[in-house]
Amino acid sequence: MATYAFVLLAVLAVASALAMVLNKNTVNSALFLVLNLMSVAGLYLLLHAQFLAIIQILVYAGAIMVLFLFVIMLLNVDEEESLFDKFRAIYLVAFLLGVVVFGQIVYSLGGVTDLLPEISADMAYVGTVEAVGEVLYTTYLMPFEMTAILLTAAVVGALMIAQYKVKTSDQEE
Amino acid sequence: MAEAEVNSYVVLGAALFMLLNSAAICVYAERRIASFIQNRIGPNRVGPLGLFQPLADVVKLLLKEDVTPVQGFRTIHTIAPMIPVVTALLTVAVIPFGDGIYVTDINAGVLYLLAAASLGVYGVTLAGWASNSKYSLLGGLRAAAQMVSYELPLGMALASVVIFVGSLSVVDVAVAQENWWFVFLNPLGAVIFIIAAFAESNRTPFDLVEAEQELVGGFHTEYSSMKFGMFFLAEYMHVVINSMLITTFFFGSYHLPFAGYWLPEMSTTAKAILDITVFTGKTAFFIFLFIWVRWTIPRFKFNQVMSLGWSRLLPLSILNFIVIAAILFAINA
Repeated sequence: MATYAFVLLAVLAVASALAMVLNKNTVNSALFLVLNLMSVAGLYLLLHAQFLAIIQILVYAGAIMVLFLFVIMLLNVDEEESLFDKFRAIYLVAFLLGVVVFGQIVYSLGGVTDLLPEISADMAYVGTVEAVGEVLYTTYLMPFEMTAILLTAAVVGALMIAQYKVKTSDQEE
Repeated sequence: MAEAEVNSYVVLGAALFMLLNSAAICVYAERRIASFIQNRIGPNRVGPLGLFQPLADVVKLLLKEDVTPVQGFRTIHTIAPMIPVVTALLTVAVIPFGDGIYVTDINAGVLYLLAAASLGVYGVTLAGWASNSKYSLLGGLRAAAQMVSYELPLGMALASVVIFVGSLSVVDVAVAQENWWFVFLNPLGAVIFIIAAFAESNRTPFDLVEAEQELVGGFHTEYSSMKFGMFFLAEYMHVVINSMLITTFFFGSYHLPFAGYWLPEMSTTAKAILDITVFTGKTAFFIFLFIWVRWTIPRFKFNQVMSLGWSRLLPLSILNFIVIAAILFAINA
């Protein structure tokens, strides 16, 4: 059962990722990315990492991608010109390299027999909120705080850029 | 107390059935209460007291012509109305309706609720964009801005509940309120949560998503027939869901006030019936509150909504969280 779910989700993730890159319409691309994020969240769930799966949807699909869509819709990006309208030698090289990498991936995947690991109670515990929180606030406290400062700096910076020399006229209220 | 052994599939089926039907009941209740408040009679012709009015409405919606804008994006236009319905249905999975009566107990249930709520934004935004009409687009963008903004105070209010419980499981939140409802311990959080819940479900005074005077019909201007029906259904399901959430997080879930102190031991069946009755009663009260507010209070201007969300509710909710955390730390230390 879990294996079938894994295959379904994995195919969905790869297919939506490909569709995202290949789609010419920017809004469709963004929506395929949302689908991709959700199928990856499903993969996390299969590994009993509930917290990670939910955060993946909450932060990426629920918040960041909404802002992406917002920007795309407001800018009203027209159909992009196709990247492949003219043939260049570099595309051929890129294509051949891609084939090589793809072949390597398929070759290395050929030896895999059991797709999903047996999930013991210990492993399931790692995915809970308690376990993540404990590790985050003890072992990795320093990187955690650094990230917090970085994010705060980014927010302040964004505000500074947005509010730079804005005339506060009598438009308010 | 022995946990009621209820098959979660039975609970899931019953909950989904009740949720879908509650939307129809809500529409009827809304129209009757609105007409009572405005000193009118309201729908009273179809069936006794007009009770079959929702059926007539649904038949009307189904028989109408389904129009898709020629210049719009047909696929997204079709998918968009389904998204808010799905996110509303998702929510039921973690809400406990009684002692041991829940579909599933997720370790991060509160976050799951927030995640489901945050996905609802896609429905209105995409509907507004895919219609390819200026009114729809403005309505959709307003909806997205409003829902994203009010998610923050909503989340902070929930966080101030979670630190009382010490767990992100919704079932634990319900159990922890057996003696004291969180509205008594955390009144400010309750007020913030209720305001944010109103804004999240796009109801008056926050319904500028579909402000008729400015935007015709808002994001669903270009929708007709059952696609519009889906948005209509979703709106009322979100009212029901948000009433359930207010009940669950602040008004004791399925517990009577201070039940732990005076409620005698009961048999499992009697307890289950009592729990579900109490939960349904409280939810019905908050649905009534949603309707009552809609027909009493005028709507805000958009800049007022934004400044209320960002410069009043958000700092207040963060302050509330910090103060509660400090007090709890002092007590436990």
